[in-house]
Amino acid sequence: MAIEFEGVCRSFGHTRALENISLRLEENTIYGLLGSNGAGKSTLLNILGGRLLPGRGRVTVDGEPAGSDKAQARVFIVGEANLFPEDMKVKKAFRAARVFLPGFEAEKALELAKEFGLDTRKRVKNLSTGYGSIFRLILGLCCGADYVAFDEPVLGLDARHRDLFYRLLMEGYAARPHTIILSTHLIAEAANLLEEAVILHRGHLVQQAPTESLRGAYCSVSGPARLMEEYLKDKRVVSQSAVGGLRTACVENDGAPLPPGLERSPLDLQEYFIHLMEEKDKEEVG
Amino acid sequence: MDFEGERPIFLQIADQLREGILCGAWPEDGQVPSITEYAVNYRINPATALKAVNLLVEEGLLYKKRGVGMFVAPGARQKLLESRRQSFYKDYVEGLVREARNLGLSRQELARMIERGFEDGD
Repeated sequence: MAIEFEGVCRSFGHTRALENISLRLEENTIYGLLGSNGAGKSTLLNILGGRLLPGRGRVTVDGEPAGSDKAQARVFIVGEANLFPEDMKVKKAFRAARVFLPGFEAEKALELAKEFGLDTRKRVKNLSTGYGSIFRLILGLCCGADYVAFDEPVLGLDARHRDLFYRLLMEGYAARPHTIILSTHLIAEAANLLEEAVILHRGHLVQQAPTESLRGAYCSVSGPARLMEEYLKDKRVVSQSAVGGLRTACVENDGAPLPPGLERSPLDLQEYFIHLMEEKDKEEVG
Repeated sequence: MDFEGERPIFLQIADQLREGILCGAWPEDGQVPSITEYAVNYRINPATALKAVNLLVEEGLLYKKRGVGMFVAPGARQKLLESRRQSFYKDYVEGLVREARNLGLSRQELARMIERGFEDGD
């Protein structure tokens, strides 16, 4: 049981949004879909949700083609799109959700609305930006699907609501294991939730790896330029920069003692991501 | 709990469990938090919490009661004390001496500081 992308390409006019993406997302796993703006995250999710067709390649959900009725019953994508008539009230929308989400838990949705302070008597169209997002998040948290993807879930949410979302996400996952795909560029605050990171850059799949293996696997080493030059001779450098005579490089953390005069600090997932993206941007230019 | 950015989280949780056993927060045969409690309260992946708990099971510090949860093994505290004493040199003394050298402190000066540490601590 899994989601499979095989050689998926998609263009919009001359813009190539996805280039030959092959990846497998297992059941009951929490994935982070990471990438800068325009990396192709939303395109990938829209194809998975059957809202877009791939130009080439194929996407299946437990063996069923994405977009088919059987696949649609297993996947729910929480994104920008509003799925209800705009003048429907929130409470009614929760009751109506069962029509397209057979496993939707309406009672739980009402409880979560209370926790978030979402007024369920309001019409969907009258919700503020933040509460509009919260409304869609609650749909995702209560949808009962085997594969749930959240496209930039916490945009427009304040710190308290973001934290509440992460807590509810883990409660829901503990109560009913399922696959969660979090597409986000707020990596630091989601990093601990993720079992595996899928990193996209300009439509390419750059890396898919367990997040624990990326934490501290790379480090930044800095020191005077002439010492750094010597040190970096036999190292694979992810990225490097210089400020005056001080050079800093991101390299694999081999744990070996450093020559005197150099300093090392291990990188967390977000820092590693930033270094990786810088390097990829340079490759494109060069 | 705030996690450091660079060390694997399961190691940090394992450390915290060991500290808790060592200081008596979780007495022997007492129950430790469940995987779900860790996941929800710390906003971490349950697989991460499970890895930490499994590590302590392997070390003989925790045991599992089926369908009930995880408990502190008898003798766990003593075991931890012994292993801490054994790794004390590597964990503390080596780094201490290295830093003293970097700062140009002499052997005698360092020894005097350790003496002073004992006196102040008494």
